[in-house]
Amino acid sequence: MRYNYSARCSKKNLADIRSFMSKTLNNHFKSEIDIHHMVLAVDEVCANLMIHSHNCDPNKSIELFVDVSKQEVIIEIQDTGNGFNIKNYQEPTIKEIIVEKKKGGLGLMLVKRIMDKVEFIKSNNNNICRLKKKILASK
Amino acid sequence: MITIQTNKEEDFYIIKVSGEVDASSSIHLDNKIGEIIKTEKKIIVDCNDLQYISSAGLGVFMSYIHEMEEGEIKMVLFGLGSNVKNVFHILGLDQLINMVESKEDAKNLVDAI
Repeated sequence: MRYNYSARCSKKNLADIRSFMSKTLNNHFKSEIDIHHMVLAVDEVCANLMIHSHNCDPNKSIELFVDVSKQEVIIEIQDTGNGFNIKNYQEPTIKEIIVEKKKGGLGLMLVKRIMDKVEFIKSNNNNICRLKKKILASK
Repeated sequence: MITIQTNKEEDFYIIKVSGEVDASSSIHLDNKIGEIIKTEKKIIVDCNDLQYISSAGLGVFMSYIHEMEEGEIKMVLFGLGSNVKNVFHILGLDQLINMVESKEDAKNLVDAI
């Protein structure tokens, strides 16, 4: 089953994105912790895109597609911004975050720990962030 | 949506954080902690009504660790729900930030560390 949601690039919309994700995943899965993790992962990716690719410009938007099968969730977050090259992403160490007082950098770390697969794909004018997770306890 | 209430009990400064701390709302928590560490040495954070935290909220707590160590400021979080605690746990930050069950435990730990 496929679900779709579109949001303007304002950080105020993150709560609505979480609510959409939570409702969608609750239709299919039992595990509260898995649902919370995926909601968090999507929140992190969307926040990053809004802030870093779109400078929180509410005239820009991002598009979410959630494909749910019996044992797997594939989430795509699409936008037409600058794009993010994961190859250039150097995961900060916890020490760097503490000493350099970096308030960013933790989001993608969480996403990578939570999801089974994280891909950033450039397709024509679209940037796609594809997140995959296998789920054992479906409803 | 986030609500921050503060009060003082003995020499403990209590920050009660309610609602959701995400990229949109974390600035309020950041400002509050930034403000109070200028004057307070014993800070406890009541997370009983904290429903959600994302990396933006984790980043706020992490970003003051160094400053607090240098200023000999103690901070302990208490009453974290399982989802919130789990977000700290995913990155192992529960080893760096003091967190306990109850307000009493938080006061005791602040006095012990």
